[in-house]
Amino acid sequence: MLAVITPLMRIIEIPMLALQRLLGINRLAWAFLLPNLILFGLFAFLPVILNVFYATSGSDNVLLQNRPFVGGQNFGQLLDCGNYIDANSCREDKFWRAVWNTVTFVTLQAGFMVGFALLTAVILNGRIRARGFFRSVFFFPVLLSPVVVALIWKWILQREGVLNAFLDWTGLGGINWLVDAQWAFGWSVFISVWAHMGFYTLILLAGLQAIPRDVYEAATMDGASGWRTFRRITLPLLAPTMLVVLVLALIRGVQTFDEIYAFTGGGPGTATTFIIQYIYERGFAGAPRLFGLAAAASLLVAGVLVVLTLAQLWANRRNVDG
Amino acid sequence: MADRSGVTGFLTATRGRGRLHWTDWVSYGYLFLGVFLMFGPVVWLVLSSFKDQNELDRFPPRFLPYAQEVLTVPGYDDPLPAFTVTEGDLAGQVVGQTRRAAGRAEVVSPDAPEDRVRLTTDMLQPVEGVAFATDNYTQLFARFDFLRYFWNSTFITIAATVIMLLVNAMAAFALSKYQFRGRNAVLLIVIGTLMIPQTVVLVPLFLIVTKLGMFNSLWGVIIPGAATPTGVFLLRQYMITIPDEILDAARMDKASEWKIFWRIILPLSAPAIAVLAILAIMWRWNDFLWPLIVLTRTENFTLQLALNSFQGELQTDWPSLLAMTVLTLLPIAAVFMFLQKYIATGIASTGGK
Repeated sequence: MLAVITPLMRIIEIPMLALQRLLGINRLAWAFLLPNLILFGLFAFLPVILNVFYATSGSDNVLLQNRPFVGGQNFGQLLDCGNYIDANSCREDKFWRAVWNTVTFVTLQAGFMVGFALLTAVILNGRIRARGFFRSVFFFPVLLSPVVVALIWKWILQREGVLNAFLDWTGLGGINWLVDAQWAFGWSVFISVWAHMGFYTLILLAGLQAIPRDVYEAATMDGASGWRTFRRITLPLLAPTMLVVLVLALIRGVQTFDEIYAFTGGGPGTATTFIIQYIYERGFAGAPRLFGLAAAASLLVAGVLVVLTLAQLWANRRNVDG
Repeated sequence: MADRSGVTGFLTATRGRGRLHWTDWVSYGYLFLGVFLMFGPVVWLVLSSFKDQNELDRFPPRFLPYAQEVLTVPGYDDPLPAFTVTEGDLAGQVVGQTRRAAGRAEVVSPDAPEDRVRLTTDMLQPVEGVAFATDNYTQLFARFDFLRYFWNSTFITIAATVIMLLVNAMAAFALSKYQFRGRNAVLLIVIGTLMIPQTVVLVPLFLIVTKLGMFNSLWGVIIPGAATPTGVFLLRQYMITIPDEILDAARMDKASEWKIFWRIILPLSAPAIAVLAILAIMWRWNDFLWPLIVLTRTENFTLQLALNSFQGELQTDWPSLLAMTVLTLLPIAAVFMFLQKYIATGIASTGGK
């Protein structure tokens, strides 16, 4: 590895040295920043601007010069609804189904995620043996790829899978889990929590360990019960970290795609189709490729994410300061 | 677990005050349920991947992989499937089956190889033993272009990680060790990119990558994600702690700025770089949505894409699918076992995964 890198670094040194002579030391900073800024510009900021052009133009052509300007037509199509609660009354019913699926999914998933992560973190923070082992057990699924997570659970949940075999044995009888809309949705929430809980547990555990020991000692001296200590000391002191975790879970939840797409394909029907899958299907998987609709929907999601990210930065700052 | 060993010692020593409190029981109950729920599915996957098709079709399934044993009988070139006879003259004996058709079977006993006996199949019970079938794995290489997918994933992961580390470290160096006009503006730009996840710019990103001639090329996956705000921040936080005096001393010795960067700053930032490298490897190896859009030809597929497409195409080919899933999670599991501590701290400190 070093044998490749050393000559490469020597080669880069030649133009950098020339630039240093030309610009002086402090302005050389721009040379160090340049590759990163080019990548940010080309693959983050330029796309945001182009997204607006896509969202306001029609046709299935990807080249911008071949796309006629249509103004707010794409947004109009997305938002044309008799009643926003009822996706069937909308012109683009698939979009609204995806929106409501995502809202339900994110609410349930973030709730369970924070709840179980908190419970796990509190238990891991208690006086238990082999804490490192248990911590890594809960963390382990975080590293698995979304497709692997989906396949592991698909294999367990299939019609003749091990879960149904167990249910048959207990006499409850098996269920064709992923064919039933509500079960498929429920399992989607479950595998999402299963796969990501360890990550949030880790953050909460770090937050718990940052609470000074003497606060607890004082509480014990005053004869406070365990539950009272938890409610009056742990929860308030952990609140900033919990806020960070909640907002992070919401940001991630809105962008859920990979594991559910590999798990259910969005089905049965549209039962587990979420907003990113809607964008993917409109823009890349279906024919004709409706780039305009996909971009318009992206912009709406981006709006939600910007709000959430600002909330995250604010929560982070509060967490650090507080 | 230093003072006492064994499960009881392990459990009873918790509170240090002798007896277990009921909350300890609940805690350990929860934790062991966690072990079962978190590891169980993966263990089940791995065990299943060593079962042959017959065993996989079996319902209810058995925990360990079993396969029918075979008998070598003199006079027969191939080993014969072994059965125990349940009734009749040969009851209790293990025999090899030579032919089977329409409910009737012809068997021979290893003691009397010349003597072929005809029985009905309901009198025969297969002899089975625990056997890890590796065919599922070997046929991956014969039937699919598995090595190519593996290579594509490996190439993307390594190239993207190296480029990302270099580019992000350069930016972090500039932002931590230079006083220049516009530094705060640049920091704001970096924070700004936090708000632009790939998922919301898919369409224009697709156009840009196509225009750059990187559609259906591995570089189309590698380059767009090479600069990350998380990486810049993580490295910058670390580099700020490196004292400026070291840089000044090097400048006195007429070291060029680039040399200071790669001879001094990079080696001193090794812990932060290691954390970022592990994160990058994980991100790239597991990446799915963007490769799904950029790589549409089968020969360009990464392991993740191949897995996903095969589960759609070969709905029933679970043997191959299970083996491939195990091989896909293996590298990450290996990384996890050796570098678990770094990963945990890395993820906790960056809030990124």
